[in-house]
Amino acid sequence: MNTVLAEPTAARRPRSAPATDPAAAVARTRARPGVGGTLTQTFAMAWRALKKMRRNPEQFFDVALQPLLFTAMFAYVFGGAISGDVHSYLPLLIPGIVAQTVLTTCMATGTQLREDMDKGVFDRFRSLPMSRIAPLAGPMIADLVRYLIGASLTYLMGLILGYRPGGGVLGVLGAILLAVLTGWAIAWAFTWIGTVARSARGVQGISMMILFPLTFLSNAFVPSRTMPGWLETFTKVNPVSHLVSASRDLANNGVLTGQVGWTLLTGLAVVVIFMPLSVASYKRHL
Amino acid sequence: MTTMPAVQAGGLVKRFGDVRAVDQIDLEVRHGEIFGVLGPNGAGKTTMLKMLATLLSIDGGRAEIFGVDVAAEPHRVRQLIGVTGQYASVDEDLTAAENLWLFGRLQGLRSADARATARRLLEQFGLGEAAERRISAFSGGMRRRLDLAASLITRPPLIFLDEPTTGLDPRTRGQMWDTIRELVDDGCTVLLTTQYLDEADQLADRVCVIDHGRKVAEGTPDELKTQVGDSTLQLQLAPGADQALARAVVRRVLGEEPVTTPESGRLNVPLDVADRAADVLIALREAAVAIASVSVAKPTLDEVFFALTGHGTAAGPDAGGPAGTVPGQDTPSLDDTTTERAR
Repeated sequence: MNTVLAEPTAARRPRSAPATDPAAAVARTRARPGVGGTLTQTFAMAWRALKKMRRNPEQFFDVALQPLLFTAMFAYVFGGAISGDVHSYLPLLIPGIVAQTVLTTCMATGTQLREDMDKGVFDRFRSLPMSRIAPLAGPMIADLVRYLIGASLTYLMGLILGYRPGGGVLGVLGAILLAVLTGWAIAWAFTWIGTVARSARGVQGISMMILFPLTFLSNAFVPSRTMPGWLETFTKVNPVSHLVSASRDLANNGVLTGQVGWTLLTGLAVVVIFMPLSVASYKRHL
Repeated sequence: MTTMPAVQAGGLVKRFGDVRAVDQIDLEVRHGEIFGVLGPNGAGKTTMLKMLATLLSIDGGRAEIFGVDVAAEPHRVRQLIGVTGQYASVDEDLTAAENLWLFGRLQGLRSADARATARRLLEQFGLGEAAERRISAFSGGMRRRLDLAASLITRPPLIFLDEPTTGLDPRTRGQMWDTIRELVDDGCTVLLTTQYLDEADQLADRVCVIDHGRKVAEGTPDELKTQVGDSTLQLQLAPGADQALARAVVRRVLGEEPVTTPESGRLNVPLDVADRAADVLIALREAAVAIASVSVAKPTLDEVFFALTGHGTAAGPDAGGPAGTVPGQDTPSLDDTTTERAR
């Protein structure tokens, strides 16, 4: 037991009149964020996401390794069975792998958003007078880098394995651009899952269940005419098939076909549906 | 000059399932004061603060910040407040300067202005040298300071502080207190939550005590403390000392009955004025009552709680009250500060 004498309670310090006038502060407030403010905030959040990517390079493992691994694996395992030999399978396979890579990256967008939202710093974002779309849209801008890396690496790996795209440089660049845009659009669906699910693990589980059927029940890895009729019909409406077909037309033949239009249209539909849903769900988290 | 209160809340309710985490709380915080919300863990302090700060929806009642309705116009309210949470709400992967720059940008500062503000705040909070370091390398005290700095970027008129010193060592705690006082001198209003009566006593102009989501008392810290006596004199009698005589002496000097623990020969004497401790000791010496040790402790939150609610802070009606506990021993924080003062 310490032998301590209590000091008398500190006298209340006198207060001068407050210097700031809250009435003036209230008068300065705005009812809602403006368009300019929303853009600034979105780019600030994108800057944050890019900084975090640079400092946690392990985040790039999925976009870097998947194209290399899957391209090689699928090419050597299925090549002979599906197209007779590896070399003639590559034009079919590479755009498929690109679509798969982009979709997996979308899943990472949702998972990371969920992880991020559980952190203390999101309490601050929520308490700031900022647009509610900025914390969602910001990281998605930063993720464009990941789609770009994933798509480019896949084509590069294809080239190494002997893929010679008939569409030339422009065709391939067009296919990459399309993949990046589509990835960004579809990511809104996964962002929505990110705001709805309870945990990052949950996001991953739900996303997997969507991703696998979507990529494999498409024309991404095999010609769909070998499938039963009902399945072939499904692959025809599957947005992944549109992206894959459009990419093949661009990269292998250098032509812009209606498939590009369908892909962009599907992407637009995803954005129109899931962007408002995501924002609403993020707001509800308050 | 305005007389509008910084916070005006009536009948606030927050339900989590069947539990009413905040139950019909009325609150008025005047502009320019430090208002303390005192209560044990799980009393609903943080929940209430989050409701006022637009971080949780309001299930019942209403709240206004400087006359702006929290539920109806959260975006306006967010422009009037700064929130510093219990857990540092800064980004671990960014440096201190980057964090402040980001928060500045998000609140509409130009890039250069945000950088200048960040530098100024970091200097002001003694973090100038750590500006380019990542937060993950920061100590608890540095994090708190940075967190507080982040709440001040746009100089909001009202600052919410959720347990600003929980987990800090006594020295850092004192620095934090000084910083909070300076805020108010600059014209801010501060609403803080705390588990420590000591902290409320040091900082707050007025305090409300919350228990199980309900407000059980409100007043100045002095008003609260007088309900339990200003401090307690704890006497450990030497083995074989005459306990009955000791009690009689205390009764004669102070006119109050000491609380005794006969088995251990311990006497707890409530004191209105700490000076009277000396009178008691002298009288005991004259009566030849031998004493093994002496200490004077301020009332603990536990005692205030017991006086106000009839149960201790460790929730539940039969949790230990002040009679059975030695003040200062089950509230480590208070022990820390008494020890610190002794040095």
